[in-house]
Amino acid sequence: MLTRRAAVSFLAGCLTLAASSLPVAAQNPDKLKVVATFSILGDMVRNVGGERVEVATLVGPNGDAHVYSPTPADGRRLTEAKIVFTNGLKFEGWIDRLVKSSGTGAETIEAAKGVKPLKGEEEDHRHGHDHGHGGSDPHAWQSIGNAKIYVANIRDALIAADEAGKATYQANAASYLERLDEVEAEVKGLVAKIPPERRRIITSHDAFRYFEEAYGIDFVAPQGVSTESEASAKDVARIIQQIKREKIAAVFVENVSDARLMERIAKETGATIGSRVYSDALSEPNGPAGTYIDMMRHNIRAFSAALSS
Amino acid sequence: MLDLFYTPIAEFEFMQRALVGVIAIALGGGPVGVFLMLRRMSLTGDAMAHAILPGAAVGYLVAGLSLPAMTIGGLFAGVIVAVAAGLVSRFTSLKEDASLAAFYLLSLALGVTIVSLRGSNVDLLHVLFGTVLALDDDTLLLLASISTITVLALAALYRPLVLECVDPIFLRSVSNAGTPTHLIFLGLVVMNLVGGFHALGTLLAVGMMMLPAAASRFWTSDITVMMLVSVAIGILSGLSGLLLSFHAELPAGPAIILSAGAVYVISLVLGREGGLLWLVWPGRHLEA
Repeated sequence: MLTRRAAVSFLAGCLTLAASSLPVAAQNPDKLKVVATFSILGDMVRNVGGERVEVATLVGPNGDAHVYSPTPADGRRLTEAKIVFTNGLKFEGWIDRLVKSSGTGAETIEAAKGVKPLKGEEEDHRHGHDHGHGGSDPHAWQSIGNAKIYVANIRDALIAADEAGKATYQANAASYLERLDEVEAEVKGLVAKIPPERRRIITSHDAFRYFEEAYGIDFVAPQGVSTESEASAKDVARIIQQIKREKIAAVFVENVSDARLMERIAKETGATIGSRVYSDALSEPNGPAGTYIDMMRHNIRAFSAALSS
Repeated sequence: MLDLFYTPIAEFEFMQRALVGVIAIALGGGPVGVFLMLRRMSLTGDAMAHAILPGAAVGYLVAGLSLPAMTIGGLFAGVIVAVAAGLVSRFTSLKEDASLAAFYLLSLALGVTIVSLRGSNVDLLHVLFGTVLALDDDTLLLLASISTITVLALAALYRPLVLECVDPIFLRSVSNAGTPTHLIFLGLVVMNLVGGFHALGTLLAVGMMMLPAAASRFWTSDITVMMLVSVAIGILSGLSGLLLSFHAELPAGPAIILSAGAVYVISLVLGREGGLLWLVWPGRHLEA
């Protein structure tokens, strides 16, 4: 009897504790709660949703969504959410299991739905490097054209979940799309200033293929599309040969990757290491790439500074 | 032939560095592995590797990808676990394996907790798997110093170490060098694992220590020769692993350990000292 009572009071204590950690989430009961899987997507949802939406991001700034392992707190955020925004294209391999195990009633929206996916591997010699992604390259947001599709998907999903805010969401999305157009014009302008024969860049993992497709800068990476794979000696050798042969001026390291390999390559070829670029995650809010727009701006400026000089 | 063996290493500096690093690891790891094996502590290396991981992770979280921070963190965690486990087994009734298991599990859990507290999932996984293809000057110097210290220390401690392997009770009866020898030896194990960690990662570093040692046991029963053979096997599997990674496009770390594993299997079958083939032959002889 005593032990049962002890157990009950222990449980009650746990519940009180759990409840006391909840109020942060419970502060704004009238806001639409949504979850975005990674920081770039979270920023887009915030821009479209504005004041009406409370966005929780699972993989935070500088986090690598390829190899993320979810925490129980993520499960709780999912349970409270009305919509779960994912990138799709098998970017977040862990999200399906997490949504299922959290038992949430939230609707899952793939933001990249309607994007024309690029094949994961265009060069056949890199076979076996993209098991994580099942064939298509998920980094679709690296083209601003695709980001506009994301924004439209987000807007429609928010309207479907919250009819009352329709006008707000439409207005927010429209002004955000305008700003995206401005950035895209800036990107294209900067690329145009780089001499065509110099438009070649080495990055640590292959995240810029959509950028390449949309704006015409060539990217080469030793690590393949997912950060999960490890580079072989052959991959590294091939890149070093290519840098020497084509006199590539700069290599870049992304915020989610291991910098040591790129430093080695740079030392061996005499290429300079450009400033850190952002591919799969934003920087801290006050960093150089705190929002999606800042990120695209920062990246293209870094590329053009290294290639034009 | 030249293309197969010479060109990849002559043309690329990173291959030369990787080779130098692997040779340094083999020089230190081979003899240490032989002693671990002879003292029936083969799995201790694995446990110690787990014990190092959180220390290195804490070093990384504090100072980023800095060689000294991760090395010191790893050494610190490893030495604490090794010394604590060693002392507990010497002075209480708990055996070495049990106390080591207890301490390394504690260390591992503590490390995972500290990493999770940090919240954001940094590319810690990549950090914990080393990059043999990206060894810089500092790392090479570290690896070389570790193998130098290891070889010198083993030379100085050779007699008590061998006695500890074959007859620890006798050693205890004639001298009290047993405990310090044991602790210094565990320190050497930790040092070699931390060095291997920078090139191969915590888990694979054990492979360069134990596989050559286990393979060498099949070729000789003389401890000195065994250590030489294990160093040779380590260097050979390092070289063939790197070439395998180059030609067959395999990740370098696992390729090196797989090569060492292949040498082990070959030794297991062909080895002159108790290899399977030699066990089968005399049996048939007797029957015939």
